[in-house]
Amino acid sequence: MTSMDFSTVLPEVLLSLYAMAALIGGVCLGKDKVAPFISWLTVAILVLFAALVGLQSGSRVAFGGLFIEDAFSRFAKVLILLSAAGVLAMSADYQERRNLMRFEYPILITLAVVGMMMMVSAGNLMSLYIGLELQSLALYVVAALRRDSTRSSEAGLKYFVLGALSSGILLYGAALTYGFTGTTDFAGIMTTVTTENLPLGVLFGMVFLIIGLAFKVSAVPFHMWTPDVYEGSPSSVTAFFATAPKVAAMALLARLLMDAFGMVPDQWGQIIALLSVVSILGGAIAAIGQMNIKRLMAYSSITHMGFALLGLTAGTAQGVAAMLLYMSVYVAMNIGMFAFILSMERDGQPITDIRSLHMLAKRGPMRAWALLILLFSLAGVPPMVGFWAKFSVLLAAVQAGYVWAAVFAVIGSGIAAFYYLRIVYFMYFGTEEEEGIDKRIAPAQRVLLIASAVIMLAGSVNLFGIEGMAQMAAAALVN
Amino acid sequence: MMVFSFYLFATLVVVSGIMVVLARNPVHSVLWLILTFSSAAGLFILLGAEFVAMILVVVYVGAIAVLFLFVVMMLDVDFTALKGEMAKYMPLAGLIALVILVQLGLAIGNWQIAPQAGDLRAAVTPEGIDNTRALGLILYDQYLYLFEASSLVLLVAMIGAIMLTMRHRTDVKRQDAMAQMQRDPDVQLKLVDVKPGQGL
Repeated sequence: MTSMDFSTVLPEVLLSLYAMAALIGGVCLGKDKVAPFISWLTVAILVLFAALVGLQSGSRVAFGGLFIEDAFSRFAKVLILLSAAGVLAMSADYQERRNLMRFEYPILITLAVVGMMMMVSAGNLMSLYIGLELQSLALYVVAALRRDSTRSSEAGLKYFVLGALSSGILLYGAALTYGFTGTTDFAGIMTTVTTENLPLGVLFGMVFLIIGLAFKVSAVPFHMWTPDVYEGSPSSVTAFFATAPKVAAMALLARLLMDAFGMVPDQWGQIIALLSVVSILGGAIAAIGQMNIKRLMAYSSITHMGFALLGLTAGTAQGVAAMLLYMSVYVAMNIGMFAFILSMERDGQPITDIRSLHMLAKRGPMRAWALLILLFSLAGVPPMVGFWAKFSVLLAAVQAGYVWAAVFAVIGSGIAAFYYLRIVYFMYFGTEEEEGIDKRIAPAQRVLLIASAVIMLAGSVNLFGIEGMAQMAAAALVN
Repeated sequence: MMVFSFYLFATLVVVSGIMVVLARNPVHSVLWLILTFSSAAGLFILLGAEFVAMILVVVYVGAIAVLFLFVVMMLDVDFTALKGEMAKYMPLAGLIALVILVQLGLAIGNWQIAPQAGDLRAAVTPEGIDNTRALGLILYDQYLYLFEASSLVLLVAMIGAIMLTMRHRTDVKRQDAMAQMQRDPDVQLKLVDVKPGQGL
């Protein structure tokens, strides 16, 4: 251990120190009374850290390979920090009105973010697991944030039990891999797992590791928990679940497959391709009957994860860049969508039925416009950014020879367009007799909703240069 | 002697491990568990890892097993009812377990270790220093990152447990030491001279 090691993990160390300081401060200064202050302070700190992390350059390895700091991890970290800040900013109002303003919430979110940063920087199976557990444990707790509601407690418990199961599977895979290679270091695994040196045991280990992470990104058939947890948790927590943890798990999966099993891309390419296609189709078909917008977003996120996995399937730098681009766009769209969902109220009570959006165009033309753009982008209608993200992923998959997967992905995307456009239909051509939603929307939610919609339109010019950054990040990972 | 001790401890670990699962009374299960831990500690001593053996006895037997014992005794769970419930799923669960067993047999049956694995393994026993020091050097140097990260996981668990279970009841009176100490006898106390036969 040297000071070099420390300076490499400095952002994580400082962020966890902030969390502990905020915890002590919160307990001493009147607990939930200071919750709004801590919440907004955390937003500022997260944005600040995003800037600090983003300004670094080069690639460094700390603690003998346990921790890797490179362009790839920085890209994912900035995305995670910004999305966590966005979610916290828009949930402040929601939580205050629902009496959920607990000062532990922003602290747990911060610690979850630390866990995610550790995940995307993991260079060893041990640091992978500890980062994952830190993240998951904080998420289990916030899922049960509304502890007086049976739905929320059920969501927390269900998430916990299935999360523990997936962790067990992941650990089992890690143990098998370690048993074969004699090391938990990704670089060491890379040198031993080669095409001519691939017994059945290590394949089992790899598949178990992939399954464990597929639980976390909620890819079909490991998605069962997603709709229930999304529906049961408070909407502000659901918004968090749908954004940052997905980025972290996806980046971790990319790191594991490229850095540890990078010599045998054919072996995992098939598995990831299958997971991807089943997720896209499963998510699209299961969402058709959903009238609850939170369940709808759960299935929508499953479909989107399928697309991101498709980029990973390719196993090339182009594919990883497409995956990162897709995740950035996904996060931007979801922040806008959840800013809207958090503002959905009728007579001051939150409502999640999409039939309450009938004729929204008349009551709130601005919100209807923003939502229209976001839904088109989610469905992948050109020229919105969502289309270009899907396009780059499909291009990478086709160029890597996974044409069949790309064809299924396009079919799934067509099916998924139905339920996005149904909301648009309700908003503009719906019936008048349905009761609508309140006009009120909190300032932070309005800003994020409109900003997200503007990004979807303006980004189609050059994607704000994210594509170049994603390519740099992917190049750092693949080589 | 070494061989005899090894087989003694190894047999004890396996037998008492099986008894943990088979014992009908949960308290007996915990007692068997303590025997398992102690025998495993014996195995560690045979390996020359006396520090780990001591930790196993102190932490697992001394703290965790006793905690289990308390929990089992205090919760008073009706284990026979739970077992009856389990029996319903036994055929299906058995089938799935069998399938997984066959699969793992296939995987582990032709197990081989990568030829380079030996070189990649970290040096287990450093020369010239004792176990405790060697463990400390690894744990607080190379693995400091993991060590501290694990402590963060525990912190989250603690915050979560408090946040999900603690309720601040306003309808109960609490002791406030500061308020008690700051009470002024001149204000709080009134001395009344009660005359005999009159009352107040």
